[in-house]
Amino acid sequence: MIIASNLTKQFGKLSALDNVSVNFTKGECIALMGPNGSGKTTLIKCILGMVVPDSGFITFNDKNILHNWQYRQHIGYMPQIGRYPENMTIGQVISMIKDIRSAYNKSFDEELIESFGLNEILKKRMRTLSGGTRQKVSASLAFLFHSDVLILDEPTAGLDPVASEILKEKIKTKIKNGKLVIITSHILSDLDELATQVIYMQDGKLRFHKNINELRNETGQQKLAKAIVSLMHNHSA
Amino acid sequence: MKKIFKYVTADILRNKIVLAYTLLLMVISFSLFMLQDDASKGMLSLLNITLLIVPLTSIIFSAIYVYNSAEFIELLVSQPLKRKSIWLSLFYGLAAALSIAFFVGAGIPIIIYQPTSTGIIMIITGIVLSVIFVAIALLAAVLTRDKAKGIGITIMIWLFFALIFDGLILFILFQFEDYPLDKFMIFTSAFNPVDLCRILILLQMDVSALMGYTGAIFKDFFGSHVGSVVAGFVLLLWVIIPLWLSTRKFQKKDL
Amino acid sequence: MKSMITILFLFSCCFFYHPTLNAATYFVGKNKPFSSIKQALQHCKNGDTIIVETGLYKEGEIIIDKAVILKGNGQPVLDGNHQYQIITVKADYVSIDGFKLQHSGKSDVNDIAAIKVFNANYVTISNNIIDDAFWGILLQKSNHCTVINNRLKAYSNESNSGNGIHCWKGDSLIIANNTITGHRDGIYFEFVTNSIIQNNISEKNLRYGLHFMFSHNDTYISNRFQQNGSGVAVMYSHGVKMENNSFIENWGDGAYGLLLKEITDSYIYHNRFLRNTIGIHAEGTTRIKVEKNIFSNNGWAMRVQASCSDNNILYNNFQGNTFDIATNGSLMLNKFDHNYWDKYEGYDLNKDNIGDVPYRPVSLFSMIVERNPSAMMLFRSFMVTLFDKTEKVLPGIIPENLKDNFPLMKPLAL
Repeated sequence: MIIASNLTKQFGKLSALDNVSVNFTKGECIALMGPNGSGKTTLIKCILGMVVPDSGFITFNDKNILHNWQYRQHIGYMPQIGRYPENMTIGQVISMIKDIRSAYNKSFDEELIESFGLNEILKKRMRTLSGGTRQKVSASLAFLFHSDVLILDEPTAGLDPVASEILKEKIKTKIKNGKLVIITSHILSDLDELATQVIYMQDGKLRFHKNINELRNETGQQKLAKAIVSLMHNHSA
Repeated sequence: MKKIFKYVTADILRNKIVLAYTLLLMVISFSLFMLQDDASKGMLSLLNITLLIVPLTSIIFSAIYVYNSAEFIELLVSQPLKRKSIWLSLFYGLAAALSIAFFVGAGIPIIIYQPTSTGIIMIITGIVLSVIFVAIALLAAVLTRDKAKGIGITIMIWLFFALIFDGLILFILFQFEDYPLDKFMIFTSAFNPVDLCRILILLQMDVSALMGYTGAIFKDFFGSHVGSVVAGFVLLLWVIIPLWLSTRKFQKKDL
Repeated sequence: MKSMITILFLFSCCFFYHPTLNAATYFVGKNKPFSSIKQALQHCKNGDTIIVETGLYKEGEIIIDKAVILKGNGQPVLDGNHQYQIITVKADYVSIDGFKLQHSGKSDVNDIAAIKVFNANYVTISNNIIDDAFWGILLQKSNHCTVINNRLKAYSNESNSGNGIHCWKGDSLIIANNTITGHRDGIYFEFVTNSIIQNNISEKNLRYGLHFMFSHNDTYISNRFQQNGSGVAVMYSHGVKMENNSFIENWGDGAYGLLLKEITDSYIYHNRFLRNTIGIHAEGTTRIKVEKNIFSNNGWAMRVQASCSDNNILYNNFQGNTFDIATNGSLMLNKFDHNYWDKYEGYDLNKDNIGDVPYRPVSLFSMIVERNPSAMMLFRSFMVTLFDKTEKVLPGIIPENLKDNFPLMKPLAL
């Protein structure tokens, strides 16, 4: 569904992406991992068209995304830090995004809005919200459109355990429905239950891209965290 | 496009600073008109407001707004929207909000106290300057990633157009005193939108003096149909060129 | 006793010869005794009246050499056919009233006029319309003449037009209630003394609305000079009195509401100078008093050249002018006191309506523009405002003693 070929991106001297090629297919949940500054967010931003790679290209459903913007109607994106116009209320933000995408989506998936209880605080202004509530808003927006692709940047960071569970359940149903989900997270335990594939990045390079079962077999570790550590250990050894 | 514009404008109009700016202009304008026995004296003081405060507020507010909206812009960019329409909506929103602020804050008092051709030209130039400095602010903001640096640059730009440019002109005038510089002066005024607007107001306010001496050349040029069309066109260029450059830059910018 | 008899004798002589005695009246027109004015003139004698009925008369040049009263009934038209001077007056006590004179000839050599009065006294020209004439009314070497209630209009450019009411060498003339438009100079005086110019409107003339030189002791009252090519110029005269006149919208490079050149001992009182490029330009004037005038919305209210001395500029209102006073020198020997200046920013602590700090009506920028006119483009810019404020606080360039020591806080009711 999404194919990235030989992506390279320099930010000044820093090499954010170094010849990265990946292939994402439907029905997968991809865990994008790596230390801080390894290029995870840059890769996501490249897919979203927010960062233009220096070389290489990305296709979405076999179409190059360069100079294209309509393909984003198929993507629901939850940013790492969701910041919204300070003076708008939650309700206004939701209806604004609905309004903006109304040309493509007529029916909305408002399940998260309800289960997060955002319905009761629709009149609150964005500037008064806590980080967690903002995350709830971001998540609700990402899932609002029955999108084929969901890109979630640190989705559970700042969420309380209850909300975190709700979100994970939601992600699971999406995967079951054959959507493509790309998640970055530091909390590897979250990914344990969700991921079907693991991508590990370091210093802008793609270190490996493996099926989770393959990874478990290879390392003999059930827990993703331990599997990674053991794999990294083997690599460096 | 229309939708984003709608939301941006609504957001800016709710901004307390725009509200404060409108009120400030209104308080200044009304008190100027009410304290002076002579409405045309009030206009003189308002001229300085129009030529100094309006560009300064427009350029700094717009730059800060763009920097503060970085995440909002990111959110929009991740939506199925053309980058160009996002950027242009941002421009239209800022331009509309600041123009409305000027019109309500200064335009209405002018219409009440001084509904003359001078007053009308003053309102038009105030709005035009607001729009031009929004366009320049967007260019400065898209070129510099660092907020503090970007705002510093906008202040320098404002200082240049408000003061330094005129100082240079005066310097040139006295260095080359023996040469006929009138045509040159008309030409240079095109390079400073503040000067151009000031001259358009002078043509109303000080027409008697401009008719004398070589000043008649300004009157002959800017007072003619061709001249006012050229002046209008140059002011339009002052909007279009920075806007075009910033849009081009924004389309390729990494967020 | 002897002188008494002499006076009586002279008086009775006058009585006996007075033209109105034994006067006959002749009628000219269709179905009238005379069909042309020339015929009637041949028959009449001093003191007779000729009444001309409505109609168009093309008689070439009509020369009046008898003291007759020529009166139009229903504004008959005398047409010069673009060839002739229409009326020439060579006798005293002639009166021309109620005609329309049109299409005089034009010439580069002669001063062809609609009405020329030459070497004749006590002539009255009244209630005429003069249309498309080369020169309008021309008085030469004539005294005690009256030109009243005429309307003059010309349509040409400066190279081939003459003046409206032109007086050359004369005394005790009265020029009143006339309207002059489109001529070269509206009213022109040279070597005319002790005359009164009152209630005239001189507008849209190509050069000056009023132009005079070497004309002493004349009085100008309640005239309006508007939108003339160069305004009004008065030169080389003394004893000029100008009162209650309006000088309006005389615009252009070298246009003045009032140009004073080498004028001495004169009085300019209660006039209005509105929207002129320069309200008053004074050059080499001495001992004139400019009092209780309104200077409003002019480019320069007054330009006082350094060659002026001992002039008093008192009790005037200066409002809405781009520059109040300009000068080209650093020495100032004139007095500017008790005026109202709208640009004055001083204070009045003792509330006597007189500002407590002097006002300096010359701005630094006006000195800069004086030196370098192109700098006008920078007027009202932030930089220039800063310059002016600094100079007002710490004068260094503007003339030290050009100041109003008693600036008024409120405008005078004028």
